[in-house]
Amino acid sequence: MYPIRDDRPVGTTKSAQAPARPGEIGSGRLVVRKLNRDRISDVPRKTIKVEHKLEYLQILDEKGNIDAAHDPKLNGDTLLSLHRLMLFTRLFDERMLALQRQGRIGTYAPVRGQEAVQIGTSFALKPGDWMVQSFREPGACFHRGWPVDKLMQFWGGYEEGCAVPERVNDTPIAVPVASQIPHVAGLAWAMKLKKTDHVALGFVGDGGTSEGDFHEALTFAGVFDLPAIFVITNNQWAISHPRTMQTRAKTLAQKAGGYGIDGIQVDGNDVLAVHTATVEAIAKARKGGGPTLIECVTYRLAMHTTADDPKKYRSEAEVKKWEKRDPLIRFDAYLRSKGILDDGMDEQVRTDIKTTIKAGIEKYEASRDVDPRDCFPYTYVEMTEELKTQAREFDLALEREGVSSGH
Amino acid sequence: MAQMNMVKALNLAMHEALSEDDNVVIMGEDVGQDEGVFRVTENLLMDFGKNRIIDTPLAEGAIVGTAVGMSLYGMKPVCEMQFSGFAYQAYHQIEGHVSRFHNRTRGRYRMSMVIRMPFGGGIRAIEHHSESREALYAHNPGLKMVICSSPRNARALLLESIRHPDPVIFFEPKASYRAFKEEVPDEPETMPIGKAQVVREGSDITIISYGAMMRPVLEAVDDLADEQGTSIEVIDLLTVSPIDTECLTNSVAKTGRAVVVHEGPRTCGVGAEVTARLVETCFFHLEAPVRRITGYDVHFPYFAREQAFLPNADRIKTAVRETLEV
Repeated sequence: MYPIRDDRPVGTTKSAQAPARPGEIGSGRLVVRKLNRDRISDVPRKTIKVEHKLEYLQILDEKGNIDAAHDPKLNGDTLLSLHRLMLFTRLFDERMLALQRQGRIGTYAPVRGQEAVQIGTSFALKPGDWMVQSFREPGACFHRGWPVDKLMQFWGGYEEGCAVPERVNDTPIAVPVASQIPHVAGLAWAMKLKKTDHVALGFVGDGGTSEGDFHEALTFAGVFDLPAIFVITNNQWAISHPRTMQTRAKTLAQKAGGYGIDGIQVDGNDVLAVHTATVEAIAKARKGGGPTLIECVTYRLAMHTTADDPKKYRSEAEVKKWEKRDPLIRFDAYLRSKGILDDGMDEQVRTDIKTTIKAGIEKYEASRDVDPRDCFPYTYVEMTEELKTQAREFDLALEREGVSSGH
Repeated sequence: MAQMNMVKALNLAMHEALSEDDNVVIMGEDVGQDEGVFRVTENLLMDFGKNRIIDTPLAEGAIVGTAVGMSLYGMKPVCEMQFSGFAYQAYHQIEGHVSRFHNRTRGRYRMSMVIRMPFGGGIRAIEHHSESREALYAHNPGLKMVICSSPRNARALLLESIRHPDPVIFFEPKASYRAFKEEVPDEPETMPIGKAQVVREGSDITIISYGAMMRPVLEAVDDLADEQGTSIEVIDLLTVSPIDTECLTNSVAKTGRAVVVHEGPRTCGVGAEVTARLVETCFFHLEAPVRRITGYDVHFPYFAREQAFLPNADRIKTAVRETLEV
């Protein structure tokens, strides 16, 4: 981490400009704040009561303990499915980092530490519902029916990784931050206009809450009372920018109030809390109760992508603190305390997952010899004459260069 | 057949599309109760209700962004950007998602939607209401870029655009909205996207234009025919992406001379693309350099200066005469 060198006002270094007057940029003071503090009228002000509740939900504490009275009493199969999916996400993630280092995929955005958010939320969806991903939800995709090899294709540089499998109602990875959030509102809007009881759920990061698209999407969802669930994966860091740089507000969930919709903050490392909050939000949306913003407080234990080094911007101590809150350790302890999971079962699940991932890698690597000519046919539903001409030109160039068709 | 202006013709196309397909919705600012600031959506709210004719909050990005979501769910949104000058707030959705979803998902999802925008100068509007930025969209793979010029082709092209499986950016020359009337057939009529139209046949020179510039072009053509008997072929591009190269080539191979006319800035404009194609396909037929009469590479002036700025029949006539003299 860099020490901050100084906090001199902007515009004072080697400058021939006139000294700033109080209240101007460069004076180090902001006019806005001065006016807020110093009222210039003594007319008594009325208070506007804004009704907005904000709840916080945690079910499992950091050690996996639970107040027995409040155990959501999910059945054993459900609990083991949540466990398997989180573990799958973790092991897949570890494997992807290794593949990246070996040059077998490109830059990769790791998930470590955030598993409970994507599993707890996506697990509450039904097949007719839609899920709108950001770019760090492979576990949710796996649960929704994406095969492992397809999840790898995107990071390997193949559009095929965005060719959503048939019967899966998801959008593919969206790279521009928060640009996918209006799609959640649009899907939910279509569901409402077509009078279905489906819902749309989408993911955005803490950094994404600063984007205009986040604001606009929540505005629309509120105004039209849409069956939409917006999940903020607040992993504390937008590359090098801490959560505090995205807003001065105490929570991200409270932004819901500005849009007149419900908001809740949950412990994002507690899969039971995430799942419970999502189930409630979805049930409300299905009944026509409108959208919900769910802020899941979690932590990105690894780098933003394999292209950056988090040591430059955050402390080891902070990471260590969050490692103790690991969602997998916590859930593991809970399952063992309930007698649902033991060493033998855990080992068996790991072996199964590793087998699935290994088969996925083999399938991915077998699919890598693609035809570069495939960049043409999908630009439009039917190729235009212009593209046919350019495709012939490309074809001739590739022929001269001896590039095979790949198939 | 009924005589109508472009506003009525566009309204007719939307009425027909809404009637034939339940998945079509109209969305935008002031499109419902107010019936559009240019009245293009007149009576639609009354006829189709607020679930089909949707007044939205003032957020172009979310109008297009939610239309993406609707399109994913099988609907066919027709978005109105109140003026093309405000569409940049939605440009990231258009570039980032509307134009890409079909390719990105290898054809799994279509972005069947239309984004309508009034464009161009000539109505004495304030800043940001007069630009012609068709080249921005034409430069963007995955989009079709259509520009109507008359009531009849406005109706036919808009109806076709709404039925079309690809996303269409539909530019409406607002200076032509109420400028003249034309016979529009009673039965639904469409014109193919990607096809230009030879609106006058001639043998001496070809003028290629589109949108509101078609009017000064035709005025110049009539004048030159009267004054000096020049036989001018006129092509209305109608679609600027993809450009109908074959139509341009056939004409200029015959006439050997060409002038391209548009309001938008010259550099990297549609005229530059048309000229490049003519050089590629008609080089040995060309008797003279291809001339461009366009907006200059400056910001569109405020309206006190706009009439002086806009290309007009005199400038087109001069360019034609000079090109014929080479």
